[in-house]
Amino acid sequence: MHRLAGPLALFTLAAASSAAAEPTPARRAELVDLVRQDCGACHGMTLKGGLGPSLEPAAVAGKDSEQLEFVILHGRRGTPMPPWRGLLTEPEARWIVDTLKQGLPK
Amino acid sequence: MKTWLLVCLGLVACASTGQRGTGDLGLVVERASGSVVLVETTKRSEIGRVRGLGDLSHASAVFSRDGRYAYVFGRDGGLSKVDLLSARLDRRIVQAGNSIGGAISQDGKLVVAANYTPGGIRIFDADTLELLSEILTDAKVVGIADAPGNRFVFSLFELGEIWVVDASAPRQPKVTRIARAGKQPYDGFVTPDGRYYLAGLFGEDGLALLDLWHPGDGVRRVLQGYGRGEEPLPVYKMPHLRGWAAAGRYLFLPAVGRHEVLVLDRAGWKEAARIPVRGQPVFAVAQPGGRRVWVNFALPDNDRVQVIDVDTMQVVQELRPGRAVLHLEFTPRGEQVWVSSRDDDTVVVYDTASYAELARLPVEKPSGIFLAARAAMTGF
Repeated sequence: MHRLAGPLALFTLAAASSAAAEPTPARRAELVDLVRQDCGACHGMTLKGGLGPSLEPAAVAGKDSEQLEFVILHGRRGTPMPPWRGLLTEPEARWIVDTLKQGLPK
Repeated sequence: MKTWLLVCLGLVACASTGQRGTGDLGLVVERASGSVVLVETTKRSEIGRVRGLGDLSHASAVFSRDGRYAYVFGRDGGLSKVDLLSARLDRRIVQAGNSIGGAISQDGKLVVAANYTPGGIRIFDADTLELLSEILTDAKVVGIADAPGNRFVFSLFELGEIWVVDASAPRQPKVTRIARAGKQPYDGFVTPDGRYYLAGLFGEDGLALLDLWHPGDGVRRVLQGYGRGEEPLPVYKMPHLRGWAAAGRYLFLPAVGRHEVLVLDRAGWKEAARIPVRGQPVFAVAQPGGRRVWVNFALPDNDRVQVIDVDTMQVVQELRPGRAVLHLEFTPRGEQVWVSSRDDDTVVVYDTASYAELARLPVEKPSGIFLAARAAMTGF
């Protein structure tokens, strides 16, 4: 799937993927917490980076979404980034990428 | 009595400083709110809270040699000097963009911050927090520890080197670089006697061992190939070595990518055992006295703590203190252990002999627990 950049594309994506097991509001809250607290162990709780790179919108906005999803699910060989596929589903990884690009809610 | 009261009113901090020592004091980092809770371990209670310490999402603390002040290193490069007796922020600077921890020198005069951005260390006067010197490394500094001789030792993640800094002339520190120490060191520690520095390696199976009596001899690899040929399990949180588990002649170390604690025999530096545990270990900490080693875990087993009996090298107890157990710290003689449960906003205190729960303190998103007795220990 090819994606357009910008908020319009995100809306389109949200609408298109709502059929395919979008995380529920309760799960989204858990995911926000997981990103902030557990991804935050390496990327910083404010996501400005640590052992891992920054995940702030300015750092991830220009990156390819599918590639970011792949990294979340499968990790990055040769770095400490682990594969999260045992703990996250594909729609959840996709939702995390979209959310990071907009800025993680407080 | 009346005179005493008047004198007391004349002194600002009289009521809170009172007449007391700091031997049973400590602090718990509230990682999400930029504050620390001050605690005492005799009655197991909270005695104060100090706010305004910035981003504490990967915070650690060391103590002044008199045990009165805690130096708290925050992720945002903040270095805060906290007075445990008056429960006040004595002074605070922001010394870097992204920081990971720090150490205090043998003589207590120097506090050193280890930084990711810019990669390097900065040496400060422990009283005033005046910057005395800076060493840039071009790489992320991990595993900083103090060593005898007013030295500091640390590893460089991207470069795979260990640097030993002699800060006995703190404005002109001398650096000894040990190249090719190992691939992607992620943390390091100094043995309690101050002689050896060990760096855990993420990029290869094994640890780098440096004899600080003979740093010029370079490193030696130990536990090489502990998981060789096997598919590593995902590591959802980097192990930490700073709470080292040295029990008699044995060092207990978290395996990376394996659900095991590795036991290294200091006599000969050979593997003595590997102990299967519930998940990816994060901290393996020896109970003072060395009879037991307590272990916590990365996701998804981070609601457990397991206890290893050093005599039999087996897990003898499993506890469930709460969700997201991040850290544990023993009282100096080991009769209590304090455990932080981030997602339950609780610090749980256990009796280490009976495993009975002694207290539960409400603390907001607690992470590291640091007791002032660390002031007297080498390696911090």
